[in-house]
Amino acid sequence: MNENIETHETVSEVPVSPDAAVQAPIAMDFNFLPQVEAESGANVSACFQCGKCSNGCPLSFAMDYHPYQVIRFVHLGARDKLVNSRTIWICASCQTCNTRCPNEIDIPRLMDYLKEAVSNGAGHIAEKDTALFHQTFLDSVQAHGRVFEGGFMQRFLIKSGRIWDVSEMMENAKLGYRMLRKHRMKLLPDRIKGRKEVKAMFRKSK
Amino acid sequence: MEVGYYPGCSLGATASDYTRSIEAVTQLLDVELVEVEDWNCCGASAAHSLDHALSINLSARNLNLAEKRGLDMVAPCALCFNRLKTAEKELLSGNQTEYPFSGNIQVLHLLEFMAESQLLGAFEKKVVNPLKGLKAVCYYGCQSNRPPKVIGHRDFENPMSMDRVVEACGAKALDWPYKTDCCGASHAVPRIDLVDYLVGRLCDMALAVGAQCLVVCCQMCQANVDMYQDRVSRQQGKEYNLPVFYFTELMALASGRPCVAGCFQRHFVDALPLLKRLDLL
Repeated sequence: MNENIETHETVSEVPVSPDAAVQAPIAMDFNFLPQVEAESGANVSACFQCGKCSNGCPLSFAMDYHPYQVIRFVHLGARDKLVNSRTIWICASCQTCNTRCPNEIDIPRLMDYLKEAVSNGAGHIAEKDTALFHQTFLDSVQAHGRVFEGGFMQRFLIKSGRIWDVSEMMENAKLGYRMLRKHRMKLLPDRIKGRKEVKAMFRKSK
Repeated sequence: MEVGYYPGCSLGATASDYTRSIEAVTQLLDVELVEVEDWNCCGASAAHSLDHALSINLSARNLNLAEKRGLDMVAPCALCFNRLKTAEKELLSGNQTEYPFSGNIQVLHLLEFMAESQLLGAFEKKVVNPLKGLKAVCYYGCQSNRPPKVIGHRDFENPMSMDRVVEACGAKALDWPYKTDCCGASHAVPRIDLVDYLVGRLCDMALAVGAQCLVVCCQMCQANVDMYQDRVSRQQGKEYNLPVFYFTELMALASGRPCVAGCFQRHFVDALPLLKRLDLL
């Protein structure tokens, strides 16, 4: 694993070593593959490890495992590696792998499936701020029916503790001020009439 | 001509410049945008990352509302469009929710709607201020074209629809290899470092092929490349200075719509010096 991706400040262009990922002992569980396929709908077993997904991935430089390794870990049932990995959170769902996979495996859907499992307690959230960002966004949708960009950003900065980072908050304040002046930020949320319907969707899926 | 319209949450805030130019161009072309009544947020990356069923259901409600109105639906935001298409596919494959959708209306991205030959032909006749001398790269991003099995486009690796629009405006659309590369999207807040890196790459390549600006069809791409360009320039010690236009802004400029200067004032990278130098504004 590349040490440089541990912090938010630096990004390494050096690719992650595939060897480091596979050298560690793996606890295998062959019930995992059929479970993932049935629940996610992604035909993971079709993968023959060509690596096309990972060559085209714009974010693989920041991942701890390449996308093809994620697939391999599903084959092997290495549940622990997957649910604790950064890769599933770093994936931006750009759909390049999904477009180019010769076996039509919906890899972004697999990444989402794993994120959902982890956020429901199946593992350790390796990119806490990313998960929190998504959750605060959804809280806003749940409350108003539409996302209130200015409001959820403030909540995210408070909940993530970034509010105590003086230099980042200075940058954010400047950005927010410019957005307001340029009419690119609202001060109040848009609330839809069907808020109750939207709230019911949230309840139902939990 | 009437068409259903799903603006999405950002179009009232971060992308208010996009909204203004869309209104100007649709008025020019006698297209009436009929907003889907009481639409809700599509859930964006957040919903599909944390709760698949919710993400489908949020879009199902919008599809259902649009179908009841009976008009094809246009979405200007690439991510909203992608989420609507994903839900459409899942619903029509038999996984219906409490908001049924039978596929009687079409869901289109605003770009493909505008670039369709009849409308683009009508637009070309209204060009009064051809954007001569403006060299642009068209940046389509991820969500308006991929994955083809959901979106249904054929030219997903080398899309040309925005290039056609830009050429119709009288500008030069340069070929470049990053048309459909990723800007990092919602990592813009939780992992700023990733977006800075990707935005830097895009700007480097745009300059390398000789572009003076980028043209986009997605409010996330616009926000990331426009709002953070200054920071990326400082980090890399480079002077990018690449304005990021929505394709509808260039259409409004080429057809002499007066509102367009107001759109450009909302950009972070000032477009006025470039446009004045080329005598386009």
